[in-house]
Amino acid sequence: MDGSAVPMIRFSLNGSDIGLDVETGERLSASLRERCGAKDVKIGCNAGDCGACTVLVDGEPVCACLTATAQAAGRVVETVSGLIASVEGRALGEAFQNHGAAQCGICTPGMIVSAVAWMRSGEGSVEDALGGVLCRCTGYRKILDAVAEAAAGGVEPLNGSGAMGTSIRRLDGADKVSGREQFGDDVAGADVAVVHVIRSPFARAAFRFGDLEGFRTHTDGVLAVLTAADVKGRNCFGVIPPFADQPVFAVDEARFRGEAVAAVVGTPDLMARFKDGDFPLMWEELPAVMEPEDAMAKGAPELHSGRANNVMITGFVACGDSAAALDAATVQVAGTFETGFVEHAYIEPEAGFADIVDGRVEVHACTQAPVMDLDSLEEILALDRSQIRVVPTGVGGGFGSKLDISVQPFLAMAAQAINGPVRINYSRGESMQSTTKRHPAKMSVQIGADVDGMLSGMRFDGVFNTGAYASWGPTVANRVPVHASGPYHVKDYRAEAVGVHTHCPPSGAFRGFGVPQAAIAQEVLFDELAAKLGLDPLEFRVRNALKNGMPTVCGQVFEQGVGIGACFEALRDAWKNALVEVEEFNAKGGVVRRGVGIAAGWYGCGNTSLPNPSTIKVGVRLDGQFVLHQGAMDIGQGANTVISQIFAQALGFDVHDLELIGADTDVTPDAGKTSASRQTFVSGNAARLSGLALRAEILRRCNVESASARIAAGDGVVIVTDGAAVHKVALAGLDVDGDGYVLRSEESYDPPTKPLDQNGQGVPYAQFGYAAHLAIVDVDMELGTVTPVRFVAAHDVGHAVNPMLVEGQVHGGIAQGLGMALMEEFIPGRTENLHDYLIPTIGDIPPIETLIVEEPDAHGPFGAKGLGEHVLIPTAPALINAINMAAGVQMRRVPVTPARLRAAILEAEND
Amino acid sequence: MYFQPTTLSQAVRDAQVEGVRILAGGTDFYPSHGDVLPDFPILDISRVDEISGINRTDTGWRIGGGATWTDVIRADLPRGFDGLKAAAREVGSVQIQNMGTVAGNLCNASPAADGVPPLLTLNAEVELVGPDGARRLPLEKFLLGVRKTALTPGEILAGLHVPDTGQAVSGFSKLGSRKYLVISIAMVAVYLIVEDGAISDLRVAVGACSPVAQRLPMLEADLRGARDVRGCVMPMHLSDLSPIDDVRGSGEYRLDVVVPLIERALIAAMEQA
Repeated sequence: MDGSAVPMIRFSLNGSDIGLDVETGERLSASLRERCGAKDVKIGCNAGDCGACTVLVDGEPVCACLTATAQAAGRVVETVSGLIASVEGRALGEAFQNHGAAQCGICTPGMIVSAVAWMRSGEGSVEDALGGVLCRCTGYRKILDAVAEAAAGGVEPLNGSGAMGTSIRRLDGADKVSGREQFGDDVAGADVAVVHVIRSPFARAAFRFGDLEGFRTHTDGVLAVLTAADVKGRNCFGVIPPFADQPVFAVDEARFRGEAVAAVVGTPDLMARFKDGDFPLMWEELPAVMEPEDAMAKGAPELHSGRANNVMITGFVACGDSAAALDAATVQVAGTFETGFVEHAYIEPEAGFADIVDGRVEVHACTQAPVMDLDSLEEILALDRSQIRVVPTGVGGGFGSKLDISVQPFLAMAAQAINGPVRINYSRGESMQSTTKRHPAKMSVQIGADVDGMLSGMRFDGVFNTGAYASWGPTVANRVPVHASGPYHVKDYRAEAVGVHTHCPPSGAFRGFGVPQAAIAQEVLFDELAAKLGLDPLEFRVRNALKNGMPTVCGQVFEQGVGIGACFEALRDAWKNALVEVEEFNAKGGVVRRGVGIAAGWYGCGNTSLPNPSTIKVGVRLDGQFVLHQGAMDIGQGANTVISQIFAQALGFDVHDLELIGADTDVTPDAGKTSASRQTFVSGNAARLSGLALRAEILRRCNVESASARIAAGDGVVIVTDGAAVHKVALAGLDVDGDGYVLRSEESYDPPTKPLDQNGQGVPYAQFGYAAHLAIVDVDMELGTVTPVRFVAAHDVGHAVNPMLVEGQVHGGIAQGLGMALMEEFIPGRTENLHDYLIPTIGDIPPIETLIVEEPDAHGPFGAKGLGEHVLIPTAPALINAINMAAGVQMRRVPVTPARLRAAILEAEND
Repeated sequence: MYFQPTTLSQAVRDAQVEGVRILAGGTDFYPSHGDVLPDFPILDISRVDEISGINRTDTGWRIGGGATWTDVIRADLPRGFDGLKAAAREVGSVQIQNMGTVAGNLCNASPAADGVPPLLTLNAEVELVGPDGARRLPLEKFLLGVRKTALTPGEILAGLHVPDTGQAVSGFSKLGSRKYLVISIAMVAVYLIVEDGAISDLRVAVGACSPVAQRLPMLEADLRGARDVRGCVMPMHLSDLSPIDDVRGSGEYRLDVVVPLIERALIAAMEQA
């Protein structure tokens, strides 16, 4: 090729001959997605850090984002949508579904493509072959199991019936393994206008625009420019209305690096080349406060008027007399613990598509909370909510951050501005700069115990860096004091959590809402307390564990369902064996020392003392098809399957015969947000009630009164089988409603809670879930490196709706907890990519044994409890306790990087 | 403009185009240019025959400027290359190894370039080809600093020359905070010949602890004749290193862990000899 003209690039794509005219240096990933429609090639980072875009070129796995399309000329290119039909691909697709190896599914194409190459070559280990693909959901162990099963050639489909307690494949799994599922950036066509957000390069800066109108009219391809002046409604949003404080576009001053100040809407051709420097904008950097202590200092710049000393909120819980109890305690421990920002690092950056349809604004984007998105858009756009439709796309991981709006207002405003379709796709850097993080925490904790090893007083004081805007900071501040005791009986307790604004990215919701941070302080100090008392750490915890009938620190008494004791009992053998194993290992000497640690956690499911209802609707069409409107967002955790299983159980129906309609604000009722581990519990109850109501209606129509009768769909009839008797409910002739249903039900559930008083006393949650983890680690004493050896995780889920999905949550939560404990720390301006911000790879997660404990909950659907967030809570403290045992140190800060651990080892040796 | 020559002479002619940038494996090229389309001419050298693969020469080996890490891993090479092969296996991931080139790793001139320490211990020379012909430079003269090399505009790194390694054994060790896709906190390459249980020739290089990876000549000299290297690495041996504090670890930590990393690499290599 000479440089004068770019000839057509020809290659084979999944067996078809392709000819493309491309731009100079165009990436293969872009060509495949936008020119060939191969949206099964996912882009997570555009830098080779995540491997989601892995394709085979002449049989070798490469990152399509690092390959020039011209380099594929004359080659054979294969993507997952082609490979899934191969012998290896088929086996992998089946095995991935069997094991739940695809949760959100965004990494699955990269995983399966890499695994096909490994199966074909037989070279090296599976871990080496898949080490280049990051997964944030599964914890990788299920992926390893699936690949091993596929490679062994034997793939037996799961044969669970779907009844409560049986493992069945995800109902939405087939599209995840074939790459057909559409995520945020997979909806729009190639010719759709592109929205690009202009962001602050400084933590704090004043700015002013140049000639925007001149820029708009004189730049070829610019279709619209959006700034705060274009916000028709309220230029302010927030997930907790009384605290709403975040502008869609900043006005005059940006409060964090990455904050949006304007957006350019342009043709795809322009926006593929657009550089921020071309936008008429002048910055003046201003002094910023990045740490809460600086932000609270006298004379610090105030981020929001009315929030003196930058204190946003203080959460408080007290019972008994903590000071007196601590004074009276036989032994006391105290410590100050520190955690950093943690990035959600889902592999799918925020993305979406919007259009004007029949004069209404339609937004299709990845989200955990479609109805909350609608609430925000209604205010920002100043449009009646009937004029807005929110249709979630597939969600490539959320973990809390996709609860807040991100791309939605930009999309909606841009679609309105050009009166047509628009798309947006955050770069990895934009996603990491601008979306919420886990709160950094600084926590000072004191705990006492009496001579019998019973707790005697606890005090917790935490300062949480909530960043520039409130987001879920109030929730964190309120949740932490309720949970900081851990699942123990603490009679004398005082806990305070302060949320402080800084010029950092907004801290928001991240799996656990601050509880994982607090658990580190409490559970690590528990080990120190047990050591001082000369008690076994497990025994000490068992002694103090909360039991039925004992009040929590909020004065709430559960007469049943307190499962922490059962979790500890489940770990007892593993703990005993691990202690022996550790002793034997260390007796051999050497630079590697082994340690074992345990830690517990609890988590209240649903909103704290606030309503959070879910509604689930079902209809039966004239042809006999049962249609479930399942609005609980499935972000990979499995709500589509779990809610359907609960519904089918209540109805007495085969879950596989349901047709699912997902969240869509036009057709599916609000099942609330996917957060606070509430979907199985709250939406699950709504599904149960809806199933029971429809069942009653159907049985009434055939005059059956039987708890065991089964219901099935027939052709234009509903079939009721009651023992030997078979009844048919004919549907013809019944009234057809506006949705096309002849039978229907729609039921809601809201957990019973009561407000907390000024001392945090009340009924914050209708149910808690409980967990205890055991971690074994090896520490290289010379290098300070930690190698986790294995986990045993006991989880009280009340009733495991789908044990395979339960294990998936446990594995994924442990992987995130491990990342937080050992490697993850987001530093604004410094780690805004996935090679400086490290999340665990497939080589970093050891085997995990999951012990499912079922202590039924009175309020849970069929006894079930929430699980998603519980998993992450005990992981980090269990690891730290294991590290402390192995290395003879007292770690007080996460992540425990090799450098920090080695420094602690040296300090301990010098003491 | 996108040039995709198949001969080195054409590639050198294309390299004279104003503002042209060279693309080989793309693994550093694309991340460094951000998400927008390139707005400069590109010279894609991945199809130049003369610079592909790894070949035997009269005096040693030539690693072509287009040779990938996977080519290194798959090549049938003597044990003196085990360190380079081990480094190749630790570069990013299989995807990166399949596209990324050894030469590109050198041209990118990161202090944490995985290829540099083993290539320093192999006494590698770079072959630079420009309009006025070819020249050779020892690797340590090619790498000038952070993101700085002796490559002049219009030149192409056409290959690396490694002298025969004879009976030498070698090793490589990379310390990072996770298993895959990780940038080194520190790394060590060793290359040695053992005769009658004692080290008769030794080369040690340390990466990610100075702007450019360094050989440790004083240590190499002190350990000649050694049979047991335990406890032999002293702070004075590391005086040429100047590690910085960054998100991966402190400078102090790097100096501290380099000692066991070197000792362990030496012990492992001596066991193979």
